[in-house]
Amino acid sequence: MKLRILYFARLREALGVSAEEPELPAQVATVDALIGWLRARGGVWAVELAEGRAFRVAVNQEMAAPDTPLAAGDEVALFPPVTGG
Amino acid sequence: MKIRVQTEPFDLGAEIAALYARNPKVGAVASFLGITRDENEGYAIRGMRLEHYPGMTERALTRIAAEAMQRWPLLDLTVVHRVGELKPTEPIVLVAVAAAHRGEAFAACEFIMDYLKTRAPFWKKELTEAGGRWVEARASDDAAAARWDASEWGER
Repeated sequence: MKLRILYFARLREALGVSAEEPELPAQVATVDALIGWLRARGGVWAVELAEGRAFRVAVNQEMAAPDTPLAAGDEVALFPPVTGG
Repeated sequence: MKIRVQTEPFDLGAEIAALYARNPKVGAVASFLGITRDENEGYAIRGMRLEHYPGMTERALTRIAAEAMQRWPLLDLTVVHRVGELKPTEPIVLVAVAAAHRGEAFAACEFIMDYLKTRAPFWKKELTEAGGRWVEARASDDAAAARWDASEWGER
């Protein structure tokens, strides 16, 4: 399954990537599973996406929860809590 | 209803006038103008860069504005948010709400700002003497937005 993943703000800088389209194993079917898969890359990924770190996930430009399902072609975004206004 | 995300400055007077000049039912316009400061949490700020998530930002702002229109009897509203490089004294955001009377205009303006601060995907990076510094989200902003969830005031 192929997803488009976007990274914003401090997370984009820390991870050193703004967008990617990885090929994911079929069992990565939820937001939670995707975070686990990214975390397993180790290094800065394990640090920035560790349990308890404050980050948000959107799927197809809507805020998502850990159990939000993922489908091929989805646009997923990871970013820090927002600070506009 | 006007929602804009832009790098260019905006004309405050023209934005406000556009809300009432051609609509004789408008009796009140309440507005909020957010401005770049030269100091934050003890850091001297030379400027800031505002990043956003194109597409999702406009969707989030449109949803917030639509919810305000549903909660209060509003006649029109405008939200303009700047992105890119900003210097101290430069306006960042304008929320302006037109209604027949001030009560709903004040309430809706505050509601939109509280939701924008916690739900619209913008991020500020301040330029300080020591380099760039990402602004951290504040718990008080979450608390301000949460007031509207079980609101006994503002709703009619």
